[in-house]
Amino acid sequence: MKIIKHSFDGVIVGAGGAGLRAAIEAAPHMKLAVITKLYPTRSHTGAAQGGMSAALANVEEDNWNWHAFDTVKGSDYLADQPAVDILCKEAIDAVIELEHWGLPFSRLENGKIAQRRFGGHTVKEGESPAFRACYAADRTGHMILQTLYQKCVSMGVEFFDEFQVLDIKIEDGVCKGVVAFELSTGDIHIFESRAVTFATGGFGRIFKVSSNAHSLTGDGPGILYQKGIPLEDMEFYQFHPTGIYRLGILLSEAARGEGGILRNKDGERFMERYAPSIKDLAPRDMVSRAIATEISQGNGAGPDSDYVYLDLTHLGAETIKKKLPDITDFVRTYVKIEPINEPIPVQPTAHYAMGGIPTDVNGRVLSDEKNTVLPGVYAAGEAACVSVHGANRLGTNSLLDIVVFGKRAGESMLEYVSKTKSTSISDSAADDLVNKVNNLIEKEHTDEFSVGRIRNDLQESMEENAKIFRSEETLSKQTEILENLRERYENVTIFDKGKVFNTELMEAIELDYLLDMSESTVASALARKESRGAHSRQDFPDRDDGNFMKHSFAFKNGNSANLRYKDVELGKYEPMERKY
Amino acid sequence: MDIELKILRYDPENDRKGHWEFYKVEADPDERILDLLHKVKWFEDGTLSFRRSCAHGVCGSDAMVINGENMLACQVLVKEVSNPIKIEPVRGLPVVKDLIVDMEPFMDSYKKVMPYLINDKDPGDRERLQSQEDVEKFEDTTKCILCAACTTSCPVFWTADSYIGPAAIVNAHRFVFDSRDEGSKQRLEILKDVNGAFRCRTAFNCTSACPKGIQVTKAIEDVKRETLLNN
Repeated sequence: MKIIKHSFDGVIVGAGGAGLRAAIEAAPHMKLAVITKLYPTRSHTGAAQGGMSAALANVEEDNWNWHAFDTVKGSDYLADQPAVDILCKEAIDAVIELEHWGLPFSRLENGKIAQRRFGGHTVKEGESPAFRACYAADRTGHMILQTLYQKCVSMGVEFFDEFQVLDIKIEDGVCKGVVAFELSTGDIHIFESRAVTFATGGFGRIFKVSSNAHSLTGDGPGILYQKGIPLEDMEFYQFHPTGIYRLGILLSEAARGEGGILRNKDGERFMERYAPSIKDLAPRDMVSRAIATEISQGNGAGPDSDYVYLDLTHLGAETIKKKLPDITDFVRTYVKIEPINEPIPVQPTAHYAMGGIPTDVNGRVLSDEKNTVLPGVYAAGEAACVSVHGANRLGTNSLLDIVVFGKRAGESMLEYVSKTKSTSISDSAADDLVNKVNNLIEKEHTDEFSVGRIRNDLQESMEENAKIFRSEETLSKQTEILENLRERYENVTIFDKGKVFNTELMEAIELDYLLDMSESTVASALARKESRGAHSRQDFPDRDDGNFMKHSFAFKNGNSANLRYKDVELGKYEPMERKY
Repeated sequence: MDIELKILRYDPENDRKGHWEFYKVEADPDERILDLLHKVKWFEDGTLSFRRSCAHGVCGSDAMVINGENMLACQVLVKEVSNPIKIEPVRGLPVVKDLIVDMEPFMDSYKKVMPYLINDKDPGDRERLQSQEDVEKFEDTTKCILCAACTTSCPVFWTADSYIGPAAIVNAHRFVFDSRDEGSKQRLEILKDVNGAFRCRTAFNCTSACPKGIQVTKAIEDVKRETLLNN
């Protein structure tokens, strides 16, 4: 194994929407590297479908304040309101900028960007569903990712494709750089860099049924968590209501935005009972809970009564073909039914982490609940927690988050680099990773401690005990299971001892992060004795603003986490009961 | 049901050339071919190497040859292919290990066509207007996920890897037919080169191979025509 050293001013880890947007901001003014374990266009931003909200008012009267109101209410009042204001206000320019860079938005008759309805987005603070989501058919994320990558290609941004960052070096509280593994050779690369942005995405692979890519293993949050940086609001994990039955493949909320209806086994439009005013367009946490409730009450369809239907049959072939082409293709490919004529079997699927690496509104990573800034380290996108999504993210706001806060993280890197001198990293920076790799290579392989088996048990148990509904009982049980899995992981072994594309070795290291994400999620969920947004405790069914109007900060402590708390930043919207 | 997998393996650290290996796996007819590869990798032979990420045909990582045809392993179900299932790396790009090929020549060709919007005019502070009809002129080629299934199915590319290939032309098409773009003159000049669009012999392999259903051959024909009109 060779060790190769590089020197940059800034490094961005991850090349999805947030990483690329940060790169566009920073690259012209510093020596910058973007490092990704995939090729940039394979990042999971590309799987986002329905749209990106901004109060452009192209279809009807709209106002970014209404967008902010909906986002705060959708968050069950856990989002920091000043951050939400930034998100919704800057949304408008962010969409226009993407159009200027070439994003092929769908258009209205008058040639303006088309906008559609989406869950939880309303006009006039709840009056009726709003046409706010700007879209490119049902492949908006794909087009954002492509457009940002195209812009980077035109600018000559320097990429290290298929390099996996596995360590950060922080000395005396100051960032020195990162250490990466080159997949095609097995060589270790030290990237000397005084500014580092983590934009590594989410960690949906802690669950069995997930809309997330296999690569979403929480690498960025895991690397920092192991260095003593806390993770914020980990108990809030979003389950998207409409994943394809058993596979978890996402079927966009745009399907309901265009008029699709959820039905139980009797054909009843059950959302009328759960959210009388906006029905199927209620926020995701409420719809997922409604589906889980229908299923537990015996109203699920199918031989095991474990799914409901997403019915698009009344929309007509033309609307489906023009506005929902990709998701209906997924149904044809994986379920082998024709969604124009038949309802689609769906169930909630693990989708989005509201929690993650704590940052301020400028992408600066915070090392504790007192807002202490960690100099030179930034995070953006799903890996980060600003917090703009609070306890439950509204649909379309993640695509917004990545461009708005990706840009801000890029600006912060620039500012930091311009104010500081170049740093030097020691040649021993690679030692920890070299030892980790050598240990895995030298240990003899045994079936019992294989990556696949441990990860399988992790995903199945998280699915069972820490999903939509949780309780002291299920979470305590999961805590024990995680302790056992961590013990097994200490002995993890791999079969592949080669250097070239040793993807099994990478999966073994990723499993460590998956365990970290699970441990912090379960510890945070156990400590939050209330129900808020996506965190639903059967033993504490009500929201408790008196005790829990605050963000959790989980600090790694062995196999578990110590929890501390920080007050939510309120603003003009007073917390009220969340009804739709 | 029992499925037999016949996989073309190559370990650059130990093999001089590729060899077939056989695996038996239990599978449900509704499972993806990618699921079978995972069963082998996770529970039988961790050395088996392939790229994958999203597992539902949007990231484009797992293009491979399945029973003789280019496909994404995550987009084909067990019940759609005959048993035993023969799996090989895509052709025309150097094999690095097992089902993983060197993507760099492919990405270099992509970058040659200036795959980004070129327009120096100040667009103002609102969106440019574009009709939905104008969007539809290039919408098909915006679907490209750079999986290389088309380029590596092309018989011209197999014999002459200097050919820029279908995927690069598709990505040129996406901008040439975008009413907002003003860079077509330069782009079409590149595509007029001996290794450009006119090397295409309309075999239609690319169109059959595209996992996103892009009319690749038609897009290449559109670009050829535009090149001639541009003269």
